[in-house]
Amino acid sequence: MAVTALFRRMGNRWLDRRLGPPVQRTRLAYRRIFILPSRAGLMFAALLVVIWLGAVNYSNSMAFLLCFLLLGISMLAMLHTFRNLAGLRVQAEPARPVFAGDEARFPIRLDNPDRRERAALRLRRRTGTPVILDVPPGSDIRAHLAMPTDRRGWQRLDQFLIESIFPTGLFTAWSWLRLETRCLVYPAPEAGPVPEPEGAGSAATGKRLREGDDDFYGLRRYQAGDSLRQVAWRTIARGQELQTKQFTGHGADSTWLDWDSLPELGVEQRLSRLCRWVLDAEDARRPYGLRLPGQVIAPDFGAEHRDRCLRALALYSA
Amino acid sequence: MSTGPIQQLLPHRVLLALMLSLLAVTAPHVLHLPPWLSTVLLVCGGWRYLAGSRGWRLPNRWLLLLLTVIGAAGVIAHYGTFIGRDAGVAMLCLMLGLKLLEMRTRRDTVVVLYLGYFLIVTQFLYSQNLLMAAWLLLTVWALTALLITVNRATTPDNWFPHAGPAATLLAQALPLMLVLFVLFPRIPGPLWGMPEDEARGVTGLSDSMTMGSISELSQSDAVAFRVEFDDEPPPPALRYWRGPVLPEYDGRTWRQAERPDDAPPATERLGGEVGYSVTLEPHNRNWIFALDLPVQISIPVSVSGEYALERRSAVRERIRYDVRSALNYRLDPMLRDADPENYLRVPDDHHPRTRALVDDWVSSIDDEEALVNQALNHFREQPFEYTLRPPRLDGDTVDQFLFDSQRGFCEHFAGAFAVMMRMADIPARVVTGYLGGEINPTGNYMIVRQSDAHAWVELWHEGQGWQRVDPTAWVSPDRIDLGLGGAVPEGDNPPALSRRTPSWGRTLALQWDALNAYWDRWVLAYGPDMQRRLMDRLGLGDWQRMILVLTGLMLLSLALLAVLILWRRPARPPDPVQQDWLRFCKRMADAGLPRGVSEGPRDYADRLIRERPDLAAQIDAIARLYLHLRYTERGSTQQAQALRTQIARFRPRTQRTQT
Repeated sequence: MAVTALFRRMGNRWLDRRLGPPVQRTRLAYRRIFILPSRAGLMFAALLVVIWLGAVNYSNSMAFLLCFLLLGISMLAMLHTFRNLAGLRVQAEPARPVFAGDEARFPIRLDNPDRRERAALRLRRRTGTPVILDVPPGSDIRAHLAMPTDRRGWQRLDQFLIESIFPTGLFTAWSWLRLETRCLVYPAPEAGPVPEPEGAGSAATGKRLREGDDDFYGLRRYQAGDSLRQVAWRTIARGQELQTKQFTGHGADSTWLDWDSLPELGVEQRLSRLCRWVLDAEDARRPYGLRLPGQVIAPDFGAEHRDRCLRALALYSA
Repeated sequence: MSTGPIQQLLPHRVLLALMLSLLAVTAPHVLHLPPWLSTVLLVCGGWRYLAGSRGWRLPNRWLLLLLTVIGAAGVIAHYGTFIGRDAGVAMLCLMLGLKLLEMRTRRDTVVVLYLGYFLIVTQFLYSQNLLMAAWLLLTVWALTALLITVNRATTPDNWFPHAGPAATLLAQALPLMLVLFVLFPRIPGPLWGMPEDEARGVTGLSDSMTMGSISELSQSDAVAFRVEFDDEPPPPALRYWRGPVLPEYDGRTWRQAERPDDAPPATERLGGEVGYSVTLEPHNRNWIFALDLPVQISIPVSVSGEYALERRSAVRERIRYDVRSALNYRLDPMLRDADPENYLRVPDDHHPRTRALVDDWVSSIDDEEALVNQALNHFREQPFEYTLRPPRLDGDTVDQFLFDSQRGFCEHFAGAFAVMMRMADIPARVVTGYLGGEINPTGNYMIVRQSDAHAWVELWHEGQGWQRVDPTAWVSPDRIDLGLGGAVPEGDNPPALSRRTPSWGRTLALQWDALNAYWDRWVLAYGPDMQRRLMDRLGLGDWQRMILVLTGLMLLSLALLAVLILWRRPARPPDPVQQDWLRFCKRMADAGLPRGVSEGPRDYADRLIRERPDLAAQIDAIARLYLHLRYTERGSTQQAQALRTQIARFRPRTQRTQT
């Protein structure tokens, strides 16, 4: 038991060294790909031995021909299986943030620049179910590697495997990859009934703003991250620069979601509660601000605002 | 037991292709399988097919076990064993059928395909002709296409897309196969005993001769051996292919001598030598055939006291050897050590009528040669008839033949003549072998068939040794010039190919035989002997050097194939619409706004519009046209043309300087 563990540790360390530091994109170069006979391949080898013995025993030339033909096919199968992986470009794409406890899904883009299809590729992490897909010639395809999350913050994608037994199943070719990509994990929103944030009592039960109730109050210069729905297309048509329309909800007092209002909770519980509040307030389309120790986000609402707040919660460190 | 996964395992068309391929693999076996087993195989295949296509239930484990036991019992009941060629093939077929009934996973399917590969090889125990070679390629191709289909986890609903890659794989494997076939060290077989049934169906001469035994053999068109002469073939009257010699006579049967350790007799060559190569078909006996009288041979053989050539082991595979024969010779002139008595023995109480006849001759003639002629003339003067269908003789065969039926085949004439000579105190023995042979103009070689099987007599004269006398030739001279088909009466139905009359079908048959002869000579006869001779000629005499060359050639071919396979060709240029779009992207990139790696066309256009409001209308039009052409089926050529002109006119860099 201890020995196998030792071997596994040694193997991992060797693999670590071989993999090198994580990169954002990579190409499956020849030296990164390993190939060995599969179990079916070993069975096939046994079959060839039996055919060969029969050929010798009966001095049967055509049995020799068949034996050597199949041997030739299996040797070539190794090259074909190898080719199925070699030269494939792999790139990690930004993963969408998730809440702790949900599965982070890392998009992995597989890019096949060649004329030949790469069929039946399997992507899997050390644990977890594999993703199986084909990459048609000259195109790319996205695979999503799922990874469970349990705590907020950045979660890295650990090493994963691309493997293939195509075309004949006699060999398994594989390559371990470690890509530099991470997924932002928000705190898990607190479940069940939660107390309202301070100063929001009336607003929470009062009228909620619906879309269309918003008042347009001006334009500002477009900033990266602004919603495209709010781009003032008409001004573009007039030849002006890109501008974003700004709205305000009327009659809605902004609520402050305050770290300090929850002294009775621990750090993670507070973040959970705040997370839930952010989501509720966003749901109600009610402007809200977030106050964390050393960080204040002014009241606003909208997807971008929400994401900014959630990000602050996810990355909060005392 | 759920049928869902069974149906999902293989899409309908793949399943159908699998069943048809297995049908092709097992079809030639049907010839030697008992009918009930063929039926079982068909039923299993049909059942599995319906399970996959119609959702029929497969048998559960207990039923399957029961079927296995019943099937195996059936095979044992039919063959008396389950080892050996015939029973083994039957067991394999049974296993394939039953495995089909439990084919539930991808792995089971792979096992079925492997069984298929194995069944191909068993077929070669029955036949190895050129048709079988085509069948080999075809079935291996079909099974490999299926293997690829099955191993693609993202299985498309058809096997057809993988037929091409399978053919490529096969074509690429052929050079490797050739290198291995020629250079892989061959070990002389057999490694283990050959069960009796191997010999079944193999025709050839036997080690004894009774009246009727050769005429039975002559019903067969099968090829006994093929001969290529270095120069001209000898005239038909000298085409006597010497086989087993039968000196022992018990009154009914001629047998080989039981003195295997006799040293070969003295011989003298008197000229008329011919050199030739023989490709001998397996006949499951030790005899080697050569023209009377072989003086030199390229394979190790032993020469018996009767001057019959034998190999140490039975000829179970096609072999090829070079021989020199002296057409004029003197064989054993002193009849050393053995007493002539051995060749004079006729049981006393047999053939009284013949004895009376011979005694009558002997009393009036005292010259040996005159006696021989008297006997031969007797065959010619009396109404003897040469026929492939002699009447059955039950009593004293020689007396009945000579005095009653007077119709017989070569063994009747040879046997009776030898008996008469022995009674006249002239040492005589029967020699069996083949007489004649037909030149195949395609390929220019001689075919000797089982229908050419023959028996003649050798007589010994003091100082002259053993001399060949063929009484059949006295009765029917046509036998020598026209072969069996031309010598026997029309009603005898000699085998079709023994008739030498030219015909369209016959020409075709001869050409096919020529093709097969090449195949036999260069491929099927290639065994340990031929390999050694080839290697000697190539200077690769010792096996280490051979292995070295084998490894080198394999690595070289693999390297070449690896270049071919791993050569990465860029994807085909995309369609014109795509090219136009790429040109547009390039222009925007030149203008400082490259497309993001993962940015779709719509997102990219939106961003461009934001960044370059001055070009918004153009960009939007181009993007919408492109998306329409690319992602809907309704794009027209006019629209593609419009896209092209718009992009051609699109100049983001110059347009910026204008604004």
